[in-house]
Amino acid sequence: MPVISEEKRNRRIVPPPPVLPGGDGGDGGAGDFGGSFPISKGQLGLWILLTAIIMLFAGLSSAYIVLRGLPTWQNIALPSLLWPNTAVLVLSSLTIELSKGAVRKNQLQAMKAWLALSGVLGLIFIAGQLAAWRQLVHAGVYLPSTLQSSFFYVLTGLHGLHLLGGIAGLGFVLFKAMRNRLTVFNHEPLKLCATYWRYPGGRRRRCTN
Amino acid sequence: MHEPHTAEHAHPQLGFWRKYVFSTDHKIIGIQYMITAMAMAVVGGTLSMLMRYQLAWPSLLSPTMAKIMPDAFAGGVMKPEFYVSLVTMHGTIMVFFLFTAVLTGGFGNFLIPLQVGARDMAFPFLNALSYWVFLLSCIVIFSALFVEGGAPLGGWTAYAPLNAIPAAGPGQGTGMTLWITAIALFSVSGLMGGLNYITTILTLRTKGMSMMRLPLTQWSLLVTSILGLLAFPVLLAAGILLLFDRVGGTSFFVPAGIIMNQVPLMDHSGGHPLLWQHLFWFFGHPEVYIVILPAMGMASDILSTFCRKPIFSYRMMVYSMVAIAALSFIVWGHHMFVSGMNPFLGSVFTLTTLLIAVPSAIKTFNWIGTVWGARIRFTVPALFAIAFVSLFVSGGISGIFLGTSAADIQLQDTYFVVAHFHLVMAIAPLFAAFGGVYYWFPKIFGRSMNMTLGKIHFWVSFIGVYSVFFPMHILGIGGQMRRIYDPTQYDFLKPQQPLNEFITVAAFILGAAQLIFLFNFYWSIFLGKRMTERNPWHATTLEWTVPSPPGHGNFGDELPTVHRWPFDYSVPGEKEDFIPQTVPATVVAH
Ligand code: HEM
Ligand SMILES: [Cu+2]
Repeated sequence: MPVISEEKRNRRIVPPPPVLPGGDGGDGGAGDFGGSFPISKGQLGLWILLTAIIMLFAGLSSAYIVLRGLPTWQNIALPSLLWPNTAVLVLSSLTIELSKGAVRKNQLQAMKAWLALSGVLGLIFIAGQLAAWRQLVHAGVYLPSTLQSSFFYVLTGLHGLHLLGGIAGLGFVLFKAMRNRLTVFNHEPLKLCATYWRYPGGRRRRCTN
Repeated sequence: MHEPHTAEHAHPQLGFWRKYVFSTDHKIIGIQYMITAMAMAVVGGTLSMLMRYQLAWPSLLSPTMAKIMPDAFAGGVMKPEFYVSLVTMHGTIMVFFLFTAVLTGGFGNFLIPLQVGARDMAFPFLNALSYWVFLLSCIVIFSALFVEGGAPLGGWTAYAPLNAIPAAGPGQGTGMTLWITAIALFSVSGLMGGLNYITTILTLRTKGMSMMRLPLTQWSLLVTSILGLLAFPVLLAAGILLLFDRVGGTSFFVPAGIIMNQVPLMDHSGGHPLLWQHLFWFFGHPEVYIVILPAMGMASDILSTFCRKPIFSYRMMVYSMVAIAALSFIVWGHHMFVSGMNPFLGSVFTLTTLLIAVPSAIKTFNWIGTVWGARIRFTVPALFAIAFVSLFVSGGISGIFLGTSAADIQLQDTYFVVAHFHLVMAIAPLFAAFGGVYYWFPKIFGRSMNMTLGKIHFWVSFIGVYSVFFPMHILGIGGQMRRIYDPTQYDFLKPQQPLNEFITVAAFILGAAQLIFLFNFYWSIFLGKRMTERNPWHATTLEWTVPSPPGHGNFGDELPTVHRWPFDYSVPGEKEDFIPQTVPATVVAH
């Protein structure tokens, strides 16, 4: 290999890339809102968690779509409770938004009430889903009966777990609210909870058609 | 020796358990990951030695082995089921519990806060939880070796329907259920880790540390974590469905009319085994990049340090990493060319697969550009980093053959594939990880490893891996099947048997060389040469500006401010041939 003179070597040095415009440098903060990154570390963490959950359900949904195309696919009669349940869930995402709206207007009592109501609605939804499972069982449709019934139980079961996680988080936020730790200026836990809650409300279960 | 720390030292007197075991300090968690993964590597490595023994001397009667493992060596010869369970456990342990864990969990944990200039991860408790769930998953997978029926037989890819049916073989009962559980736990642990890595790199960078000033190690960890975030949940979904097929009686992956051991399976109907392959490889191909990307990042930084030159084309290094990651989600079909897929679809996957060779080649040329004309300091980490490039190229070239569907129909499921993926996803990352250990050891433990032993370790390993894996291409072209238990059972493979024996001898030497490394590692933790210098390699990144090992909170009273990119080596007109990232720009004379 040829030995390269010092001068030649220096000419080869590639200049460092300039800093990206737009304050892209870090700020040395604790990752709270208002740093150089547009959202706080809590929000980012939550979105990452939601991305993982979306991918989990995307994997399951793609399996659903593939298998639905098979000649062996058999539809089942879906339990009638499904629609009222869905309505309850949509209602609960509404009340949690109302709770968020209340804290913004500094109506702390209203915030607590709406929050508690959301939790209760969430629990009603879970109870409703369990009742829907019972309806299916009474109709003689079990987990292994057909591909669609398998998907129905697995997807609703996982969705229920997802919601139980949400209810636990909501309980934690409510606990904070009761101790008056949430204020107009600082209610990030509630915001995170609402984001988590809004997400499954927007994405309805695929196996209902 | 005590650095003045303030707020971060609110709890200086943590007991041994809180400080070294149930710690939330990213450095301790990184070390825990590293040491656990190394223990798993010893298990996985031992299994591979048994496999090589069997392949070289398949019908050799061994009373000793019969005595040590009476179940596995009934009558002195290894049982076929046992061989396949070795293959499965070896692959699983190495892919997940060694490489995925040590690169992101080990190096990622230790390096992310130190290199971006943060005091710890964004969510330290979650970080600790991630390690403990990982440890649990290691225990679960390890226990599969000892349950009734033994370890699972289905390979690390766990293809359905055989893996969906407990009656399919001895290890397919409890063993396989443990396998799924361990992989599910591992996925959850990996997601908790990844959540931390992404959040920390994006939101906790110190003043002046813009994205384009991140060391390439950090970029690679960021991209890898995003890949993991998108890929692991799909594996988890597939695993959940597989578990239901096994314990819930569902038939997601099991078609009707399967006859197993002469018994027709009556209670399954209507599923599709290929669905598993699609889900698995949608995860599986990104997974191979989850392993190689951090290795690429670390090797890039180490190469630049020891070439005393900036990395060649930093921006292209970043962009090509992102391109590889994006493309890795649309190539999975190249693992399924012989599954009966539509030939047109096969050509599409060929195209996307060959496309991914472009950013890979860009990276390779950039490494060559970095080394070109440099006065390389041939330290042990530098040797490993250079060898990484060599191994990556050797393994990548065979990938182009395999990615061409016409050629792959011949080569699929032969030792050619075994050679390819070992070189590119096992040995190349292994060498980068070794380089990383020798390089960061002084920072991690405050002592240095013995470099003479390191050189011996390097040269024996380097010659060893090529002796083991290069001839496998020839075996594969000659027709030796992957996962075969006894090559001599086919007449047409018999002439190749001396090559198998050669490989096994080389593998034993290679295995022995790793004992040197293990000895050196543990000996140096306690008795290695103490580091007096913070920056023994004269490197530029932030971790070298703090004491070794860094104290709790990493950076003393004040976080550092970053003024430049991490590659200011041999800047013209400077006295020193490196400028740390913390040195203000005004110092540079132009
Ligand atoms: C130029 C780039 C690459 C190309 C074109 C390529 C292509 C392929 C193809 C077509 C196969 C399937 C062979 C078969 O089963 O018949 C394969 C297998 C494999 N490749 Fe690659 N590859 C490339 C790079 C990589 C890299 C960078 C890694 C890991 C870091 C990797 C890891 C693997 C593994 C683990 C397998 C075997 C999977 C299994 O069946 O268990 N490859 N590769
Ligand atoms: Cu692949």
